[in-house]
Amino acid sequence: MCRIGSIKCREAVPPSLALRLMLPQQEGHDNSGFALVMQDLEGAFSHYKETPLLSLATTPEGLRLVADHMAALGFVQLAQWVPEVDNRAGLNMAAMPRYVFSNYDWPEVYRYRGQKDREELLLDTRLALRRLLEEHDAGYVYSFWPDVLTLKEIGDPADIAAYFRLWDDDGRLVARNIVAQCRQNTNYGIVRYAAHPFFLQGHTLCANGENTLFTRNREFQQSLHRGYTGFESDSQCLLYTLHYVHRELGWPLTYYKHVLTPLPAAEAASREDGEVLGLIRESLAQLEINGPNAIIGLLPDGKMLACCDAKKLRPLVIGGDGDMVAMASEVCALNAILPARDKEKDIYPGERELVVVDNGLELQRWLQ
Amino acid sequence: MAPVKRKAPRGEVAAQAVSVNDLPWLVRHDAGRCVLCGACTAACTFGAIEAKLPPAGASAAEREARKEAGEDGRPVIVQKAEAAHACTGCGMCEKVCPAGAIRPVRNPDNRWAVLSRTHGEPARRGGRGGRSVVEAPPRERTLDAVVIGRISQMTDPALDSERHTFELRSPLGRLLRPGELPLRVEDGRLVLAGETPPVRWIYPVIFSDMSIGALSTRAWEALALAVAWLNEECHLPVRMSSGEGGVPTRLLESERLRYFILQIASGHFGWNRIIESLPRMKADPAAVLIKVGQGAKPGDGGLLPAAKVAPHIQAIRGVPGATLHSPPNHQGLYSIEEAVQKMHLSMNAAFGFRVPVAVKCAASATSVAVYNNLLRDPYHICGGFFLDGMLGGTGAAYSVSLEHTGHPVVSVVRDCYRAAAGPGLQGRIPLWAGGGIGMNGDAAADAFKLVCLGADGVVLGRLLLQLLGCVGNEHGRCNACNTGYCPVGICTQDPRLVRRLDVDRGAQAIVDYMRAFDAELRKLLAPVGNSALPVGRADALVATRRDVADRLGIAYAC
Repeated sequence: MCRIGSIKCREAVPPSLALRLMLPQQEGHDNSGFALVMQDLEGAFSHYKETPLLSLATTPEGLRLVADHMAALGFVQLAQWVPEVDNRAGLNMAAMPRYVFSNYDWPEVYRYRGQKDREELLLDTRLALRRLLEEHDAGYVYSFWPDVLTLKEIGDPADIAAYFRLWDDDGRLVARNIVAQCRQNTNYGIVRYAAHPFFLQGHTLCANGENTLFTRNREFQQSLHRGYTGFESDSQCLLYTLHYVHRELGWPLTYYKHVLTPLPAAEAASREDGEVLGLIRESLAQLEINGPNAIIGLLPDGKMLACCDAKKLRPLVIGGDGDMVAMASEVCALNAILPARDKEKDIYPGERELVVVDNGLELQRWLQ
Repeated sequence: MAPVKRKAPRGEVAAQAVSVNDLPWLVRHDAGRCVLCGACTAACTFGAIEAKLPPAGASAAEREARKEAGEDGRPVIVQKAEAAHACTGCGMCEKVCPAGAIRPVRNPDNRWAVLSRTHGEPARRGGRGGRSVVEAPPRERTLDAVVIGRISQMTDPALDSERHTFELRSPLGRLLRPGELPLRVEDGRLVLAGETPPVRWIYPVIFSDMSIGALSTRAWEALALAVAWLNEECHLPVRMSSGEGGVPTRLLESERLRYFILQIASGHFGWNRIIESLPRMKADPAAVLIKVGQGAKPGDGGLLPAAKVAPHIQAIRGVPGATLHSPPNHQGLYSIEEAVQKMHLSMNAAFGFRVPVAVKCAASATSVAVYNNLLRDPYHICGGFFLDGMLGGTGAAYSVSLEHTGHPVVSVVRDCYRAAAGPGLQGRIPLWAGGGIGMNGDAAADAFKLVCLGADGVVLGRLLLQLLGCVGNEHGRCNACNTGYCPVGICTQDPRLVRRLDVDRGAQAIVDYMRAFDAELRKLLAPVGNSALPVGRADALVATRRDVADRLGIAYAC
């Protein structure tokens, strides 16, 4: 089945831990890949936390195109990390020729600009690079944001790990937050952009399930913000809704759950804040989901969140030991990396619950 | 010009003479089974049949045979060979005959198309369009070529239609965009900091605008009773539009006014009473509906023939007893923007901006342009766009309008939804679709498909009359709503005919149908895995015809 997971840790941890979280959940046929977003990086990236990091999977031509484009925009490359891949035969994966992670210094004109302007620049740059690479069929750009790295590939998750030598734990690729997904491939026309987690302006999200109101979500979102694009996966809508509610509207995080899965009208109306809830529902009905989904999200400030659909049709469990909190579709995943935790304290978020983990690993359980 | 009358000498053929075989229906009478009770002639409101002695036989032998059979001097039922008394096929004679001796049969050789336009008068009738007086195959409807083809099968679970909780509510009122909401963050919570337009969340079905006048008061009362029962006993917040012609004062001043949508059409009939009742209203109406046009006779105003303008109708409408023909336009309105400013604003103001004001137009090739404009109205005072398709029914219309004007509603709904979705304005002004919904009896399926195509809800009209007992259909049966001779007492003001309608049983039939509708709607939501109305979820549908798939932008399946 499709499965999601995340780790939030006091000390930076390597992707191998995410693999140990994900692989026990594998059941049956699986070949659609492994993807992760890492935030709050240490190791090779520890000196460049303030500068935007570009995550690319590309061809040599794509690399040239990107370099030219970035130079034209005035971005100056500060550092680059290219994983040493294991090209041995027999790995079940479709590798791209180049995987490149580059830190850039801000263009001169943006040195003194505000945070908001810089964030818009990063988005516009990523979207432009994406169009450029698509036009030349020259690869993929996943994220362009300070202190965030994205790695995605299609194929057998264990083979992908072998290819990128993720088991080696050489200390160069480590982070305090990791969001990961592996999934059963039900769609053999899959493209890399369809692989979770998805990223937009510091917001990361992966989901398990089927967004049955995908068409409705997409038709509304595609005119809502220039960053709401692609729609290769129905779960991208869940990220865009998070981004819209949290960043664009600036509403408190708890309203994300109210927008996704509003309370039944009669129940909402009887509450003190019923009028506000009613208005939100009326205004954002097109962003509701009505299908089975479990969701893990990561915010720009490092807060991690989890919630489910209103019918609670997909599993999700959260557990921790004081130094680490992990979220996963199945409890076997937690048992693999947190065997000594107090299992009594595991949280299975309810259909009306939003769980938020802050950077002190404190959990807030908020009921709708 | 008055017809020239000339009696043809016996045996001579008169080309202009009318015979029963020229009429759309033939009355078959079996003299052998007839018990001579006379019920059929009493029941026939159109005077199409009469009891007569048969003409004496031509020969002595025939006279003798009749005498031997005991039939000499025995009357038989004969059909009148007069266009003014043409049988409409309503079948009341068959209904009342204790012996099964009489019934109307369709006459494929009729010349009705030419006979119905006499005295220089265009033909008129009620019912739905469909070139239907002559026998015609049923028109294939677009919605019949659309099926719900995206079923939750292991990708996600289908729901249990009987046990799961569903929320079947649709908006009526102007919905603001998220950025327009007057909300402020205070202590980590959103609080309201301003006014918003009124919005009603109601059942996705509205009972259509059929006026007192078009309907008998008892038929209107039956609908109103059903609405109250559905709201108060069945938890189905169905609303009913008054139609153009006013509302009884007792209802205007009752709490139950909240179930009703007050319609204002181009004749403004009934609004004196409404305005006079305003200070005494205990509840706000559900909405105000500005009727610009209707699907059955687009571009034409309401038509209430003099035969139906009885004294109580004159009183409620404040008019003399004459044919009432509303103008095709609201006087003084010449554009969309101006209509919004004048009419919408004054209606909003009349009810203190507490009542949504919606507009109903005949579906048209111009509907998208109108909707686009309304969506951009800066005052946020249009609370609904009602589209009435050409298969909508009517109490009276010129046949030429019924048959040859109008626009199917399905593609217009889809076009409006997509036009709104382009700039992200879908859902701001609810789309309500009417005109032929439930023609085949499956209103829930029609409603669900239209919802997936972008409608927020549907409007039912003719189907409700059929539930009350109307026998009219799209193949030329009855459809005499314009005559004042409605054989089941629904579309007439003749007190003798109105008595034929049992108000309570009629209301019961509508309530029962709506309960079934509700269960059926759940049966359609459950397999696609949705517990609320999936407005605009066109991916839940597939079309079995390529042209329909292409036009509506849904997948083709075969």
